[in-house]
Amino acid sequence: MLKMTHLSKVYRTEVVETYALRDFNIDVKEGEFVAVTGPSGSGKTTFLTIAGLLETFTGGEYLLDGVDVSGLNDNARSKIRNEKIGFIFQAFNLIPDLNVFDNVEVPLRYRGMKAAERKQRIMDALERVGLASRLKHYPAELSGGQQQRVAIARALAGSPRLLLADEPTGNLDTQMARGVMELLEDIHREGATIVMVTHDPELAARAQRNVHIIDGQEVDIAEDPRFHAEHAASSHV
Amino acid sequence: MFAYYLDLALRSLKRNKVLTALMVLAIALGIGASMTTLTVLHVLSGDPMPNKSAKLYYPQLDPRDLDGMRPDEEPPKQVSWIDGMNLLHAARADRQVLMTGGAGAIQPSNASIEPFFEDARFTTRGFFPIFDVPFLYGHPWSPQDDDASARVVVLSRKLNEKLYGGADSTGKVMHIGGKDFRIVGVIDTWRPTPHFYDLMTGNYSDSEGLYMPLTTAVDLKFPTNGSRDCWSNSANTDMKTANCTWLQFWVELDTPAKAAAYKQYLVNYSQQQKSLGRFQREPNVHLRDLMQWLDYNKVVPSDVHLQMWLALGFLVVCLVNTIGLMLAKFLRRASELGVRRALGASRRTVFAQLLVEAGAVGLVGGIGGLLLALLGLWLVRLQPSSYAQLAHLDLEMLAGTFLLAVGATLLAGLLPAWRACLVTPALQLKSN
Repeated sequence: MLKMTHLSKVYRTEVVETYALRDFNIDVKEGEFVAVTGPSGSGKTTFLTIAGLLETFTGGEYLLDGVDVSGLNDNARSKIRNEKIGFIFQAFNLIPDLNVFDNVEVPLRYRGMKAAERKQRIMDALERVGLASRLKHYPAELSGGQQQRVAIARALAGSPRLLLADEPTGNLDTQMARGVMELLEDIHREGATIVMVTHDPELAARAQRNVHIIDGQEVDIAEDPRFHAEHAASSHV
Repeated sequence: MFAYYLDLALRSLKRNKVLTALMVLAIALGIGASMTTLTVLHVLSGDPMPNKSAKLYYPQLDPRDLDGMRPDEEPPKQVSWIDGMNLLHAARADRQVLMTGGAGAIQPSNASIEPFFEDARFTTRGFFPIFDVPFLYGHPWSPQDDDASARVVVLSRKLNEKLYGGADSTGKVMHIGGKDFRIVGVIDTWRPTPHFYDLMTGNYSDSEGLYMPLTTAVDLKFPTNGSRDCWSNSANTDMKTANCTWLQFWVELDTPAKAAAYKQYLVNYSQQQKSLGRFQREPNVHLRDLMQWLDYNKVVPSDVHLQMWLALGFLVVCLVNTIGLMLAKFLRRASELGVRRALGASRRTVFAQLLVEAGAVGLVGGIGGLLLALLGLWLVRLQPSSYAQLAHLDLEMLAGTFLLAVGATLLAGLLPAWRACLVTPALQLKSN
């Protein structure tokens, strides 16, 4: 489903080159739930934005659903994003001017779908996350957990092949986080491929497989003492 | 998608009311000032005979003596009686007319109306067909009336309404300058702008109220209006023989070939007159078509051009302000645009969405600009200039107002929209 081989991302200035990802490899199979972990600044989010075609990469190869995405122009990348990828962000990223219905509708609009089909998909997605009764509510009228559920509904509405989640519970309290996590697990059980970036070892533990990144490279988790320290700290809490 | 973009644009404009109001105000002020001056220029520089102007020509000859002759000197702007009559009777054009402005003292038969002077056109019959003058009642006088200096007259609709309440007055007799004239026709509303056929009596004068045969008016020594250019220190006051140019002569030539042939005829005529001893200078002729004639005479006042350039400069300043405001508005929405990009909007899509928003600002600004232009034109009409009363917005300029407003705002929106769609979505999504 998602395969990166010897992938690198370099940020260059006049005086310095910074590797955000270096010789990075990952292979996510269809239907897998993979957690990408690592300390702050390790390259997790860079990986996710490249995976989501929001950023280009400097070297290596990236196959998404069997398609080599290097060299695609903006239109083609946008089309793939729209049709194959669903995003769930830490900050929800709902559009404040739009109500719940209109927020979920956004990716479907860009697909050129007819109104009746859009409506059906929106209703299905909102029922799936338990918010079908909040169609006319605006983001500011919802709790954080509800906002993240709307964001998940927005990601699901287009029936993407791949869900990319960036710290999906990072802005939520424990109870809301648990609810959102259970929802993601349900979605995975229904067959979705999910790649979730997190630095929370507990959340990572609920995924089928973990990929750990340090300094832009995937490493064996046993080699990262910081992960064990964080894990120990979160276990005491 | 356009309806969706429009819906998004309206939501966005409502969200930042102050910023939106400032942009609309900037556009409205720029458009209002520009459209006011452009409308005045449009009215003043328009083609008074759009269907015929390319076929109407104004011949010029140079019958003057050698005194004060300068190289490349333009011939006089009018013709003498002798040359005018020669050219008229030669009838080398498809149509021709010889005329001058004047005035007639009218003694109304209705005693309740005081006698008054009315602007008149002393002309040959050709005036009416050559300028497509529309008739409400009756018809022009006959060629025989021209030859016989007949006391016939054609009235304007306005004068007919004043004297006869708008009824068909043909056949009636009216008193002009103490003489009886038979009314043969009443023309419908007709006011070519500029007053091209006789610029000597004002570039934007109203049309005359009375039209009578030139020969009749000259025989009766009715007073003429306009300018007179005389030479050889002639003391001769007989306008038929004096060395003076004082008449306007127009010809209609249906094809460029006929125009070229007519110009050659003017050269030949000048040579013939020189050989006869009437003309002293080498042939110096011009044959300008109607629009060239207006251009040569610089009919549009220079201050109108200056005002237009100042107003367009002001529009540019307003647009620069709008660019700044729009840039601020679009970049403030970078996070929303980042989300849209993540959800599948291409740069082109985001660009189109923002341009529709710019267009909506332009449309609302255009409405404001239209109101300001109407106010500006009302203020122009309060001025004492001869053209002031002509300053009205027609349908063409109305459409032009909105086209200019939307076009200018789209232009102003290009840079902000481009900058906004270049925003890296990944950065915006991370920064939230």
